[in-house]
Amino acid sequence: MSYYRGMTCENISIKGDRGTSITAYVAKPSGPGPFPGVVLVHHLPGWSEFYIETTRRFAHHGYLAICANLYERTGQGNPDDVAAKVRAEGGISDAQMLGDTEAAVKWMRAQPNHNGKVGIFGSCSGGRHAFIYACQKKDVDACVELWGGRVVMGKEELNEKTPVAPIDMTRGLCCPLLGLFGNDDRAPSPEQVNLHEAELKKHGKPHEFHRYDGAGHGFFYWHRPLYRPEQAMDGWSKVFAFFGRHLAK
Amino acid sequence: MCTSIVEVVRAEGMAKREDQWFPLTHSVVAYDHARHAQLGDVITLDFINTALEPGARAGIELTLEAARELRAALDRAIVAAEFEEAEVRGKGALPSLIRAA
Repeated sequence: MSYYRGMTCENISIKGDRGTSITAYVAKPSGPGPFPGVVLVHHLPGWSEFYIETTRRFAHHGYLAICANLYERTGQGNPDDVAAKVRAEGGISDAQMLGDTEAAVKWMRAQPNHNGKVGIFGSCSGGRHAFIYACQKKDVDACVELWGGRVVMGKEELNEKTPVAPIDMTRGLCCPLLGLFGNDDRAPSPEQVNLHEAELKKHGKPHEFHRYDGAGHGFFYWHRPLYRPEQAMDGWSKVFAFFGRHLAK
Repeated sequence: MCTSIVEVVRAEGMAKREDQWFPLTHSVVAYDHARHAQLGDVITLDFINTALEPGARAGIELTLEAARELRAALDRAIVAAEFEEAEVRGKGALPSLIRAA
């Protein structure tokens, strides 16, 4: 095999929450496998190019990867405009996210060259969603949460779409959790990250948290001023080491 | 930042995208990390029509300082407009805003 792995990428349709068809971008590494799988949960800026690229990045590293468009019900068009409309609608509900993400996990488990292990990965709101999924469902083997905002929520923040603070779901966490955070972030703040970790310890949940100095929110986002190359590359090495440990078979 | 700072208000008016104007239904004000501007956290203004496709949107990302200046300019213009309304039409403004020309 050459040093750089080939891959096949395409858009597919999956039956999301309540049977609604939504589009998902998938990237499949070349070769017979079997391959572990990663389900990506996109962030508030939507089904963005960063997430499509990151889906391919996982395939490049030998993972079957899928990223569903959680905002598809709001309309078609530039993901940035779609995300703005979702914001005006008050975001998507946690329940709908669970149904859509479950469909992506099921797609993964149905692939003939899948090794039976699934990791879930998300950043920003997607980090929060990935954590919620791993607490509510039992069909993932490892969870990577990057700077998940609003894991810790005040009662006044709860509403119909987000009825339960994710931190209060910690007892149900079904798999090991990797958390990466920037110490200059304000949402989640370092104090909220400490509360998040304390709850994990309280319930004896396997986890590893890494807190980076000199980094704030979104420090993997190479197209943003938030990008911090040193911390991002160290973070990526931790993501691949973590998934390598928990998703190999 | 990954905030839930979002304010949505009804809007009557029109906005422009490329060479096309479209009617508005809502204005959205948010504070979160920028998605396009090469800035950190920004005030985002979206003027949208929720009945149309997502592309019916005029979006703006401003620094907090620029947003404050915009707010002050809006306040000045609105006070002046209310005075004009009162002068020209003799109604529609608070008595305190009606002064001798």
